[in-house]
Amino acid sequence: MPVPAGPAMRRLRLMIVDDSNLIRRRIERTQSLPELAVVGSAGNGEEALEVFRRTDPDLVTMDLTMPEMDGIECIAHLVRLKPEVRILVISALADKATAIDAIEKGASGFLHKPFTDRQLNEALLELARIPQHA
Amino acid sequence: MLDERELRTFVDGTTNFFEVAAQQPATVGSPYLVTDDRPGVHEYTGIIRVSGRRSGLVYFTAPKTLLTVLLMKMQENDFSHQTMCDAVGEVANTISGNARRDYGKDFVISVPTVVSGGSEEFELPGDTRPYVIPINWRSHAAKLVVCLR
Repeated sequence: MPVPAGPAMRRLRLMIVDDSNLIRRRIERTQSLPELAVVGSAGNGEEALEVFRRTDPDLVTMDLTMPEMDGIECIAHLVRLKPEVRILVISALADKATAIDAIEKGASGFLHKPFTDRQLNEALLELARIPQHA
Repeated sequence: MLDERELRTFVDGTTNFFEVAAQQPATVGSPYLVTDDRPGVHEYTGIIRVSGRRSGLVYFTAPKTLLTVLLMKMQENDFSHQTMCDAVGEVANTISGNARRDYGKDFVISVPTVVSGGSEEFELPGDTRPYVIPINWRSHAAKLVVCLR
């Protein structure tokens, strides 16, 4: 079910963070929710902070294993900058401790790589439905 | 030396990668131990260094033809050298990262490094023997090499 969108409601702004160009392009190409607009992307945590400050996204997809600054550290920074931001971790790291760590730092969801197009869109839809001030 | 259960983690990770990412299963052969030489590489190799509970490396190596078809199956339309490097690194990263489901958080993996052109200019741990997991996907041969102490 789509997120209700009134005429005056702006689309949710999405930033994509992954050190793989391939994955960044895939997420951008595959996401098919009309409620979302991709406003920026970054290849590591430090770049993500810069793009975040510039584009003010509502939603973020976040890889964890990245150079410069990893995803867990980046999540903590982003949540400090904007506590209501919703972050979907998209990572190959499949142990429970990492997922718990990410959630405790402020992530809202976790999607394991590899993922199908359908799994990605379902995870993004779930993220978009979370009330903004939850 | 890895035991059968530990190797199964990598076999299952490889099977899962092709089933989900490429939506077409690969045939994954029985792992074998390389005793007298290096395991060899194809045209592109994505290398993950491992530290923590285990140390060493895991690499995925494949010919350009396999990576090209894999990218096509993922709806990618850029087949540049850079994208091939990205793809082979992402496969290695995904299979290694998934191994933490069994190995736990102390199985620490690096970001991928990639070598191409059939280069074997990277160090294998000298005191441990590598296992090769043979992969066949759509008639293309590739391999996952697991060399952990």
